Amino acid sequence: MKFVRWLADIDRRIIFLVIAVAVVIPLLLPLGMRVKVTPQTESIYEEVENLPPGSNVLVAFDYDPAAAPEVHPMALAFLRHCFTKKHKVIIMALWPQGAQMAVSALAEVGKEYDLEYGRDYVNLGYKPGGDIVIKSLGASLGEVFPKDMAGEPTAGLAILAKVRNLKDIDLVMDLSAGDPGIPAWVRVANALYQRKVAGGCTAVSAPQFFPYLQTGQLVGLLGGLKGAAEYESVLAYAGKASRRMDAQSIAHLVIIVFIIFANISYFILRRQREEKREGPRTGPAASP
Amino acid sequence: MRREIPMIVAFVAGVTIILEFFVPALRDVASQIQKWYLVVIAFAILVGAFNLLRINYMKIRYRRADWPYSFALIAGLFAMAIIGIGWGIKEGTVFDWLFNYLIFPMSSTVFALLAFFVASAAYRAFRARTVDATLLLVAAVVVMLGQVPIGSAWVPAWWPDSLVFLTPDWLKDRIMNIFNTAGQRAILIGASLGVVSTSLRILLGIERSYLGEE
Repeated sequence: MKFVRWLADIDRRIIFLVIAVAVVIPLLLPLGMRVKVTPQTESIYEEVENLPPGSNVLVAFDYDPAAAPEVHPMALAFLRHCFTKKHKVIIMALWPQGAQMAVSALAEVGKEYDLEYGRDYVNLGYKPGGDIVIKSLGASLGEVFPKDMAGEPTAGLAILAKVRNLKDIDLVMDLSAGDPGIPAWVRVANALYQRKVAGGCTAVSAPQFFPYLQTGQLVGLLGGLKGAAEYESVLAYAGKASRRMDAQSIAHLVIIVFIIFANISYFILRRQREEKREGPRTGPAASP
Repeated sequence: MRREIPMIVAFVAGVTIILEFFVPALRDVASQIQKWYLVVIAFAILVGAFNLLRINYMKIRYRRADWPYSFALIAGLFAMAIIGIGWGIKEGTVFDWLFNYLIFPMSSTVFALLAFFVASAAYRAFRARTVDATLLLVAAVVVMLGQVPIGSAWVPAWWPDSLVFLTPDWLKDRIMNIFNTAGQRAILIGASLGVVSTSLRILLGIERSYLGEE
Protein backbone atom coordinates (compact mmCIF):
# COMPACT_ATOMS: atom_id res chain seq x y z
CA MET A 1 0.00 0.00 0.00
CA LYS A 2 2.94 2.26 0.66
CA PHE A 3 3.96 1.85 -2.98
CA VAL A 4 0.44 2.77 -4.16
CA ARG A 5 0.51 5.94 -2.04
CA TRP A 6 3.95 6.80 -3.40
CA LEU A 7 2.63 6.23 -6.92
CA ALA A 8 -0.39 8.47 -6.34
CA ASP A 9 1.77 11.36 -5.09
CA ILE A 10 4.80 10.71 -7.21
CA ASP A 11 7.42 13.46 -7.19
CA ARG A 12 7.03 15.37 -10.44
CA ARG A 13 10.81 15.41 -10.87
CA ILE A 14 10.60 11.64 -11.47
CA ILE A 15 8.04 12.28 -14.23
CA PHE A 16 10.32 14.94 -15.72
CA LEU A 17 13.27 12.54 -15.65
CA VAL A 18 11.36 9.69 -17.30
CA ILE A 19 10.01 12.05 -20.02
CA ALA A 20 13.54 13.39 -20.62
CA VAL A 21 14.89 9.85 -21.06
CA ALA A 22 11.91 8.93 -23.28
CA VAL A 23 12.64 11.90 -25.54
CA VAL A 24 16.44 11.76 -25.63
CA ILE A 25 16.94 8.04 -26.34
CA PRO A 26 14.84 7.93 -29.57
CA LEU A 27 16.56 11.13 -30.72
CA LEU A 28 19.95 9.45 -30.29
CA LEU A 29 18.82 6.01 -31.49
CA PRO A 30 16.05 6.57 -34.07
CA LEU A 31 13.50 3.78 -34.42
CA GLY A 32 12.50 4.80 -37.96
CA MET A 33 8.76 4.35 -37.48
CA ARG A 34 6.72 5.08 -40.60
CA VAL A 35 4.26 7.94 -40.50
CA LYS A 36 0.85 7.43 -42.05
CA VAL A 37 -0.03 10.31 -44.38
CA THR A 38 -3.45 11.86 -43.71
CA PRO A 39 -5.74 13.25 -46.47
CA GLN A 40 -5.26 16.83 -45.26
CA THR A 41 -1.50 16.56 -45.85
CA GLU A 42 -1.93 14.69 -49.12
CA SER A 43 -4.19 17.47 -50.46
CA ILE A 44 -1.53 20.16 -49.86
CA TYR A 45 1.01 18.00 -51.65
CA GLU A 46 -1.39 17.47 -54.58
CA GLU A 47 -2.15 21.19 -54.75
CA VAL A 48 1.54 22.13 -55.05
CA GLU A 49 2.16 19.22 -57.41
CA ASN A 50 -0.68 20.19 -59.76
CA LEU A 51 0.27 23.85 -60.07
CA PRO A 52 2.10 24.56 -63.35
CA PRO A 53 5.83 25.37 -62.90
CA GLY A 54 6.38 29.04 -62.24
CA SER A 55 3.15 29.45 -60.25
CA ASN A 56 3.13 32.11 -57.54
CA VAL A 57 3.02 30.65 -54.05
CA LEU A 58 2.75 33.01 -51.09
CA VAL A 59 4.19 31.60 -47.87
CA ALA A 60 3.34 33.47 -44.67
CA PHE A 61 5.74 32.83 -41.80
CA ASP A 62 3.39 33.63 -38.92
CA TYR A 63 5.34 31.98 -36.11
CA ASP A 64 8.28 32.62 -33.83
CA PRO A 65 11.17 30.50 -32.52
CA ALA A 66 9.02 29.13 -29.67
CA ALA A 67 6.89 27.19 -32.16
CA ALA A 68 9.82 26.40 -34.43
CA PRO A 69 10.38 22.76 -33.33
CA GLU A 70 6.90 21.97 -34.69
CA VAL A 71 6.34 24.49 -37.48
CA HIS A 72 9.84 25.09 -38.89
CA PRO A 73 10.20 21.53 -40.32
CA MET A 74 6.94 22.19 -42.23
CA ALA A 75 8.42 25.37 -43.66
CA LEU A 76 11.54 23.51 -44.78
CA ALA A 77 9.55 20.66 -46.39
CA PHE A 78 7.07 23.01 -48.09
CA LEU A 79 9.83 25.28 -49.47
CA ARG A 80 11.69 22.22 -50.77
CA HIS A 81 8.56 21.08 -52.57
CA CYS A 82 7.93 24.53 -54.09
CA PHE A 83 11.52 24.95 -55.26
CA THR A 84 11.60 21.40 -56.68
CA LYS A 85 8.46 22.23 -58.71
CA LYS A 86 10.07 25.53 -59.76
CA HIS A 87 7.32 27.68 -58.27
CA LYS A 88 7.93 31.32 -57.43
CA VAL A 89 7.92 31.74 -53.65
CA ILE A 90 6.82 35.06 -52.15
CA ILE A 91 7.48 35.19 -48.42
CA MET A 92 5.98 37.56 -45.88
CA ALA A 93 5.19 37.60 -42.17
CA LEU A 94 2.41 38.87 -39.94
CA TRP A 95 4.53 37.98 -36.89
CA PRO A 96 7.55 40.15 -35.97
CA GLN A 97 9.97 37.23 -35.83
CA GLY A 98 8.43 35.39 -38.78
CA ALA A 99 10.55 37.13 -41.41
CA GLN A 100 13.73 36.10 -39.58
CA MET A 101 12.42 32.52 -39.37
CA ALA A 102 12.11 32.67 -43.16
CA VAL A 103 15.74 33.84 -43.45
CA SER A 104 16.71 30.82 -41.37
CA ALA A 105 14.62 28.43 -43.51
CA LEU A 106 15.92 29.87 -46.79
CA ALA A 107 19.52 29.59 -45.57
CA GLU A 108 18.95 25.87 -45.01
CA VAL A 109 16.87 25.03 -48.10
CA GLY A 110 18.20 27.61 -50.53
CA LYS A 111 21.66 26.07 -50.85
CA GLU A 112 20.13 22.81 -52.19
CA TYR A 113 18.77 24.60 -55.27
CA ASP A 114 20.04 26.98 -57.91
CA LEU A 115 18.01 29.96 -56.76
CA GLU A 116 18.27 33.64 -57.41
CA TYR A 117 16.82 36.19 -55.01
CA GLY A 118 14.24 38.35 -56.70
CA ARG A 119 13.72 35.87 -59.52
CA ASP A 120 12.82 32.62 -57.73
CA TYR A 121 11.93 33.90 -54.29
CA VAL A 122 11.59 37.07 -52.27
CA ASN A 123 11.34 37.81 -48.56
CA LEU A 124 9.05 40.82 -48.12
CA GLY A 125 9.51 40.88 -44.36
CA TYR A 126 7.15 41.68 -41.52
CA LYS A 127 4.11 43.91 -41.71
CA PRO A 128 1.93 44.56 -38.65
CA GLY A 129 -1.84 44.71 -39.05
CA GLY A 130 -3.15 41.13 -39.43
CA ASP A 131 -6.40 41.00 -41.44
CA ILE A 132 -5.95 44.52 -42.82
CA VAL A 133 -2.54 43.65 -44.28
CA ILE A 134 -4.09 40.68 -46.11
CA LYS A 135 -7.03 42.81 -47.26
CA SER A 136 -4.64 45.49 -48.52
CA LEU A 137 -2.70 42.82 -50.41
CA GLY A 138 -5.93 42.26 -52.31
CA ALA A 139 -5.63 45.81 -53.66
CA SER A 140 -1.89 46.13 -54.23
CA LEU A 141 1.07 44.07 -53.07
CA GLY A 142 3.54 46.78 -54.04
CA GLU A 143 1.81 49.39 -51.88
CA VAL A 144 1.84 47.15 -48.80
CA PHE A 145 5.43 46.08 -49.39
CA PRO A 146 7.24 48.89 -51.21
CA LYS A 147 10.50 47.44 -49.88
CA ASP A 148 11.62 43.89 -49.10
CA MET A 149 13.04 42.68 -45.80
CA ALA A 150 16.52 43.99 -46.62
CA GLY A 151 15.11 47.44 -47.42
CA GLU A 152 15.53 47.10 -51.21
CA PRO A 153 12.69 48.40 -53.42
CA THR A 154 10.35 45.62 -54.59
CA ALA A 155 9.32 47.51 -57.74
CA GLY A 156 12.13 46.15 -59.91
CA LEU A 157 12.01 42.52 -58.75
CA ALA A 158 11.33 40.06 -61.58
CA ILE A 159 9.31 37.74 -59.31
CA LEU A 160 6.78 40.52 -58.61
CA ALA A 161 6.55 41.79 -62.20
CA LYS A 162 3.36 39.82 -62.80
CA VAL A 163 2.08 39.89 -59.24
CA ARG A 164 -0.04 43.00 -58.76
CA ASN A 165 -2.11 41.76 -55.85
CA LEU A 166 -3.45 38.70 -54.03
CA LYS A 167 -5.50 37.68 -57.08
CA ASP A 168 -2.25 36.78 -58.88
CA ILE A 169 -1.29 34.32 -56.14
CA ASP A 170 -2.05 30.68 -56.99
CA LEU A 171 -1.69 29.26 -53.49
CA VAL A 172 -1.30 30.72 -50.02
CA MET A 173 0.47 28.65 -47.38
CA ASP A 174 0.18 30.04 -43.87
CA LEU A 175 2.57 28.60 -41.31
CA SER A 176 1.07 29.81 -38.09
CA ALA A 177 1.48 29.52 -34.34
CA GLY A 178 -1.42 31.72 -33.28
CA ASP A 179 -3.05 35.03 -34.08
CA PRO A 180 -2.79 36.52 -36.70
CA GLY A 181 -2.69 33.28 -38.59
CA ILE A 182 -4.82 30.74 -40.41
CA PRO A 183 -8.27 32.24 -39.52
CA ALA A 184 -7.18 35.65 -40.87
CA TRP A 185 -6.00 34.13 -44.17
CA VAL A 186 -9.22 32.07 -44.45
CA ARG A 187 -11.39 35.11 -43.64
CA VAL A 188 -9.75 37.44 -46.12
CA ALA A 189 -7.66 35.60 -48.74
CA ASN A 190 -10.15 32.75 -49.17
CA ALA A 191 -13.53 34.24 -48.34
CA LEU A 192 -12.96 37.67 -49.90
CA TYR A 193 -10.53 36.97 -52.75
CA GLN A 194 -11.28 33.25 -53.37
CA ARG A 195 -7.60 32.28 -53.10
CA LYS A 196 -6.67 28.71 -52.22
CA VAL A 197 -5.32 28.67 -48.66
CA ALA A 198 -3.39 25.85 -46.99
CA GLY A 199 -2.22 25.89 -43.40
CA GLY A 200 0.43 24.56 -41.08
CA CYS A 201 0.19 25.02 -37.33
CA THR A 202 1.15 23.65 -33.93
CA ALA A 203 -0.53 20.39 -32.88
CA VAL A 204 -2.37 22.09 -30.03
CA SER A 205 -4.12 24.56 -32.36
CA ALA A 206 -4.85 22.14 -35.23
CA PRO A 207 -8.25 20.89 -33.92
CA GLN A 208 -9.80 24.37 -34.14
CA PHE A 209 -9.16 24.51 -37.90
CA PHE A 210 -10.97 21.27 -38.77
CA PRO A 211 -14.23 23.12 -39.62
CA TYR A 212 -12.32 25.08 -42.32
CA LEU A 213 -11.10 21.78 -43.77
CA GLN A 214 -14.60 20.33 -43.96
CA THR A 215 -15.98 23.42 -45.70
CA GLY A 216 -13.07 23.47 -48.18
CA GLN A 217 -11.92 26.92 -47.01
CA LEU A 218 -8.57 25.28 -46.27
CA VAL A 219 -7.23 23.00 -48.99
CA GLY A 220 -5.14 21.14 -46.42
CA LEU A 221 -3.67 21.34 -42.95
CA LEU A 222 -0.35 20.26 -41.47
CA GLY A 223 -0.91 19.73 -37.75
CA GLY A 224 2.16 19.85 -35.52
CA LEU A 225 5.28 17.77 -35.86
CA LYS A 226 3.24 14.89 -37.26
CA GLY A 227 1.95 17.09 -40.09
CA ALA A 228 5.54 18.07 -40.90
CA ALA A 229 6.67 14.43 -40.77
CA GLU A 230 3.80 13.47 -43.08
CA TYR A 231 4.84 16.13 -45.59
CA GLU A 232 8.44 14.89 -45.44
CA SER A 233 7.16 11.36 -45.91
CA VAL A 234 5.10 12.27 -48.97
CA LEU A 235 8.16 14.05 -50.40
CA ALA A 236 10.14 10.84 -49.70
CA TYR A 237 12.84 12.28 -47.50
CA ALA A 238 13.55 11.94 -43.78
CA GLY A 239 14.02 15.38 -42.32
CA LYS A 240 13.96 16.80 -38.81
CA ALA A 241 10.27 16.08 -38.26
CA SER A 242 10.52 12.40 -39.21
CA ARG A 243 13.44 11.94 -36.84
CA ARG A 244 11.63 13.72 -34.01
CA MET A 245 8.43 11.69 -34.45
CA ASP A 246 10.09 8.68 -32.79
CA ALA A 247 10.73 10.77 -29.68
CA GLN A 248 7.16 12.06 -29.74
CA SER A 249 5.83 8.50 -30.11
CA ILE A 250 7.72 7.24 -27.08
CA ALA A 251 6.85 10.36 -25.05
CA HIS A 252 3.13 9.86 -25.79
CA LEU A 253 3.41 6.22 -24.81
CA VAL A 254 5.15 7.09 -21.54
CA ILE A 255 2.48 9.70 -20.70
CA ILE A 256 -0.25 7.09 -21.36
CA VAL A 257 1.53 4.61 -19.07
CA PHE A 258 1.74 7.33 -16.41
CA ILE A 259 -1.99 8.03 -16.78
CA ILE A 260 -2.78 4.30 -16.39
CA PHE A 261 -0.60 4.04 -13.25
CA ALA A 262 -2.19 7.19 -11.83
CA ASN A 263 -5.66 5.74 -12.33
CA ILE A 264 -4.77 2.34 -10.86
CA SER A 265 -3.40 4.01 -7.72
CA TYR A 266 -6.43 6.32 -7.61
CA PHE A 267 -8.90 3.40 -7.69
CA ILE A 268 -6.99 1.33 -5.13
CA LEU A 269 -6.85 4.26 -2.69
CA ARG A 270 -10.49 5.16 -3.31
CA ARG A 271 -11.58 1.61 -2.60
CA GLN A 272 -9.49 1.60 0.56
CA ARG A 273 -11.06 4.87 1.70
CA GLU A 274 -14.56 3.52 1.03
CA GLU A 275 -13.83 0.33 2.96
CA LYS A 276 -12.56 2.36 5.91
CA ARG A 277 -15.65 4.58 5.82
CA GLU A 278 -18.07 1.65 5.57
CA GLY A 279 -16.26 -0.47 8.20
CA PRO A 280 -17.35 1.22 11.48
CA ARG A 281 -20.83 1.97 10.05
CA THR A 282 -21.66 -1.71 9.25
CA GLY A 283 -20.10 -3.04 12.48
CA PRO A 284 -22.40 -1.61 15.21
CA ALA A 285 -25.45 -1.73 12.93
CA ALA A 286 -25.11 -5.51 12.61
CA SER A 287 -25.24 -6.09 16.40
CA PRO A 288 -28.67 -5.88 18.14
CA MET B 1 -13.46 65.82 -26.95
CA ARG B 2 -10.88 63.24 -25.85
CA ARG B 3 -13.62 60.65 -26.01
CA GLU B 4 -15.78 61.99 -28.80
CA ILE B 5 -13.08 62.24 -31.49
CA PRO B 6 -11.85 58.62 -31.17
CA MET B 7 -15.49 57.45 -31.14
CA ILE B 8 -16.25 59.41 -34.33
CA VAL B 9 -13.08 58.03 -35.99
CA ALA B 10 -14.04 54.46 -35.00
CA PHE B 11 -17.61 54.96 -36.27
CA VAL B 12 -16.65 56.51 -39.62
CA ALA B 13 -13.84 54.01 -40.29
CA GLY B 14 -15.88 50.97 -39.26
CA VAL B 15 -19.03 51.95 -41.16
CA THR B 16 -17.02 52.82 -44.31
CA ILE B 17 -15.25 49.42 -44.25
CA ILE B 18 -18.62 47.64 -43.86
CA LEU B 19 -20.36 49.73 -46.55
CA GLU B 20 -17.48 49.07 -48.95
CA PHE B 21 -18.85 45.54 -49.40
CA PHE B 22 -22.16 46.93 -50.67
CA VAL B 23 -21.19 50.28 -52.23
CA PRO B 24 -18.28 49.93 -54.72
CA ALA B 25 -17.92 53.74 -54.85
CA LEU B 26 -16.56 53.65 -51.29
CA ARG B 27 -13.72 51.26 -52.22
CA ASP B 28 -11.10 54.01 -52.60
CA VAL B 29 -12.04 55.64 -49.29
CA ALA B 30 -11.93 52.26 -47.52
CA SER B 31 -8.57 51.51 -49.12
CA GLN B 32 -7.23 54.83 -47.84
CA ILE B 33 -8.50 54.08 -44.32
CA GLN B 34 -6.74 50.70 -44.43
CA LYS B 35 -3.47 52.40 -45.40
CA TRP B 36 -3.83 54.77 -42.46
CA TYR B 37 -4.50 51.79 -40.21
CA LEU B 38 -1.20 50.19 -41.29
CA VAL B 39 0.64 53.43 -40.47
CA VAL B 40 -1.10 53.79 -37.10
CA ILE B 41 -0.40 50.17 -36.13
CA ALA B 42 3.30 50.65 -36.93
CA PHE B 43 3.37 53.58 -34.51
CA ALA B 44 1.43 51.49 -31.97
CA ILE B 45 4.39 49.09 -31.96
CA LEU B 46 6.66 52.01 -31.10
CA VAL B 47 4.30 53.03 -28.29
CA GLY B 48 4.40 49.42 -27.04
CA ALA B 49 8.20 49.38 -27.09
CA PHE B 50 8.41 52.69 -25.18
CA ASN B 51 5.88 51.44 -22.65
CA LEU B 52 7.87 48.25 -22.13
CA LEU B 53 10.99 50.32 -21.68
CA ARG B 54 9.31 52.66 -19.18
CA ILE B 55 7.86 49.85 -17.04
CA ASN B 56 11.15 47.96 -16.89
CA TYR B 57 13.16 51.12 -16.25
CA MET B 58 10.94 51.91 -13.24
CA LYS B 59 11.44 48.36 -12.00
CA ILE B 60 15.23 48.79 -12.10
CA ARG B 61 15.14 52.30 -10.63
CA TYR B 62 13.14 51.24 -7.55
CA ARG B 63 14.86 47.83 -7.30
CA ARG B 64 11.55 45.96 -7.43
CA ALA B 65 11.41 42.14 -7.36
CA ASP B 66 13.33 40.44 -10.18
CA TRP B 67 14.76 43.77 -11.44
CA PRO B 68 17.85 42.05 -12.97
CA TYR B 69 15.48 40.45 -15.53
CA SER B 70 14.29 43.91 -16.52
CA PHE B 71 17.90 44.94 -17.00
CA ALA B 72 18.48 41.93 -19.27
CA LEU B 73 15.35 42.85 -21.24
CA ILE B 74 16.44 46.47 -21.79
CA ALA B 75 19.98 45.41 -22.68
CA GLY B 76 18.63 42.86 -25.17
CA LEU B 77 16.16 45.36 -26.64
CA PHE B 78 18.84 47.97 -27.28
CA ALA B 79 21.47 45.47 -28.43
CA MET B 80 19.17 43.90 -31.06
CA ALA B 81 17.83 47.29 -32.19
CA ILE B 82 21.28 48.88 -32.56
CA ILE B 83 22.78 45.82 -34.29
CA GLY B 84 19.74 45.41 -36.57
CA ILE B 85 19.54 49.07 -37.59
CA GLY B 86 23.31 49.52 -37.82
CA TRP B 87 24.41 46.38 -39.67
CA GLY B 88 21.18 45.03 -41.19
CA ILE B 89 19.16 41.88 -40.58
CA LYS B 90 19.99 39.84 -43.69
CA GLU B 91 21.46 36.34 -43.65
CA GLY B 92 25.00 36.28 -42.32
CA THR B 93 24.73 39.50 -40.28
CA VAL B 94 25.39 39.72 -36.53
CA PHE B 95 21.65 40.17 -35.99
CA ASP B 96 20.97 36.94 -37.90
CA TRP B 97 23.65 35.14 -35.87
CA LEU B 98 22.18 36.35 -32.57
CA PHE B 99 18.71 35.33 -33.72
CA ASN B 100 19.79 31.83 -34.80
CA TYR B 101 22.11 31.04 -31.90
CA LEU B 102 20.50 32.88 -28.98
CA ILE B 103 16.84 33.73 -29.50
CA PHE B 104 15.95 30.62 -31.53
CA PRO B 105 17.34 27.99 -29.09
CA MET B 106 16.27 29.87 -25.95
CA SER B 107 12.67 30.35 -27.11
CA SER B 108 12.44 26.76 -28.36
CA THR B 109 13.80 25.48 -25.04
CA VAL B 110 11.25 27.39 -22.99
CA PHE B 111 8.42 26.09 -25.19
CA ALA B 112 9.81 22.55 -25.02
CA LEU B 113 9.47 22.63 -21.22
CA LEU B 114 5.75 22.34 -21.89
CA ALA B 115 6.20 18.61 -22.58
CA PHE B 116 7.35 18.05 -19.00
CA PHE B 117 4.55 20.10 -17.47
CA VAL B 118 1.94 18.45 -19.71
CA ALA B 119 3.17 15.00 -18.60
CA SER B 120 3.06 16.00 -14.93
CA ALA B 121 -0.36 17.67 -15.27
CA ALA B 122 -1.78 14.68 -17.19
CA TYR B 123 -0.59 12.37 -14.41
CA ARG B 124 -2.44 14.38 -11.76
CA ALA B 125 -5.51 15.56 -13.67
CA PHE B 126 -6.49 12.65 -15.92
CA ARG B 127 -8.32 10.52 -13.35
CA ALA B 128 -11.56 8.67 -14.07
CA ARG B 129 -13.44 10.33 -11.19
CA THR B 130 -16.71 10.84 -13.07
CA VAL B 131 -18.30 9.72 -16.35
CA ASP B 132 -17.34 13.04 -18.00
CA ALA B 133 -13.76 12.77 -16.79
CA THR B 134 -13.60 9.16 -18.04
CA LEU B 135 -14.83 10.19 -21.50
CA LEU B 136 -12.21 12.94 -21.64
CA LEU B 137 -9.54 10.53 -20.45
CA VAL B 138 -10.41 7.85 -23.03
CA ALA B 139 -10.61 10.42 -25.86
CA ALA B 140 -7.24 11.90 -24.85
CA VAL B 141 -5.54 8.50 -24.75
CA VAL B 142 -7.00 7.48 -28.13
CA VAL B 143 -5.96 10.78 -29.78
CA MET B 144 -2.49 10.62 -28.22
CA LEU B 145 -2.02 7.10 -29.55
CA GLY B 146 -3.56 7.80 -32.95
CA GLN B 147 -1.47 10.96 -33.38
CA VAL B 148 1.88 9.12 -33.39
CA PRO B 149 3.24 6.28 -35.55
CA ILE B 150 3.47 3.93 -32.57
CA GLY B 151 -0.34 4.02 -32.35
CA SER B 152 -0.69 2.12 -35.60
CA ALA B 153 2.64 0.25 -35.42
CA TRP B 154 1.10 -2.61 -33.42
CA VAL B 155 -1.66 -3.20 -36.01
CA PRO B 156 -0.46 -6.13 -38.18
CA ALA B 157 -0.85 -6.10 -41.97
CA TRP B 158 -3.37 -8.94 -41.78
CA TRP B 159 -5.68 -6.99 -39.46
CA PRO B 160 -9.22 -7.51 -40.88
CA ASP B 161 -11.04 -4.50 -42.32
CA SER B 162 -14.12 -5.42 -40.30
CA LEU B 163 -12.13 -4.69 -37.09
CA VAL B 164 -10.57 -1.44 -38.26
CA PHE B 165 -12.75 0.45 -35.75
CA LEU B 166 -10.56 -0.99 -32.98
CA THR B 167 -7.42 0.76 -34.19
CA PRO B 168 -6.36 4.08 -32.58
CA ASP B 169 -5.95 5.62 -36.04
CA TRP B 170 -9.57 5.00 -37.01
CA LEU B 171 -10.90 6.10 -33.64
CA LYS B 172 -8.75 9.25 -33.61
CA ASP B 173 -9.98 10.25 -37.08
CA ARG B 174 -13.60 9.86 -35.93
CA ILE B 175 -13.01 11.86 -32.74
CA MET B 176 -11.24 14.66 -34.63
CA ASN B 177 -13.46 14.79 -37.72
CA ILE B 178 -16.84 14.34 -36.08
CA PHE B 179 -16.92 15.24 -32.38
CA ASN B 180 -14.10 17.79 -32.42
CA THR B 181 -15.24 19.47 -35.64
CA ALA B 182 -18.82 19.74 -34.42
CA GLY B 183 -17.68 21.29 -31.13
CA GLN B 184 -15.19 23.63 -32.80
CA ARG B 185 -17.82 24.78 -35.29
CA ALA B 186 -20.20 25.61 -32.44
CA ILE B 187 -17.44 27.59 -30.69
CA LEU B 188 -16.57 29.34 -33.96
CA ILE B 189 -20.18 30.36 -34.65
CA GLY B 190 -20.63 31.52 -31.05
CA ALA B 191 -17.38 33.52 -31.13
CA SER B 192 -18.29 35.06 -34.50
CA LEU B 193 -21.65 36.22 -33.18
CA GLY B 194 -19.80 37.69 -30.21
CA VAL B 195 -17.40 39.53 -32.54
CA VAL B 196 -20.33 40.95 -34.56
CA SER B 197 -22.07 42.09 -31.41
CA THR B 198 -18.91 43.65 -29.91
CA SER B 199 -18.10 45.37 -33.21
CA LEU B 200 -21.58 46.91 -33.33
CA ARG B 201 -21.23 48.04 -29.72
CA ILE B 202 -17.89 49.71 -30.55
CA LEU B 203 -19.28 51.38 -33.69
CA LEU B 204 -22.29 52.70 -31.82
CA GLY B 205 -20.18 53.95 -28.94
CA ILE B 206 -21.70 51.60 -26.34
CA GLU B 207 -18.47 49.66 -25.79
CA ARG B 208 -15.76 52.13 -24.78
CA SER B 209 -13.15 49.97 -23.07
CA TYR B 210 -10.68 50.77 -25.87
CA LEU B 211 -10.79 54.38 -24.65
CA GLY B 212 -9.63 53.27 -21.23
CA GLU B 213 -13.11 53.28 -19.70
CA GLU B 214 -14.40 50.49 -17.46
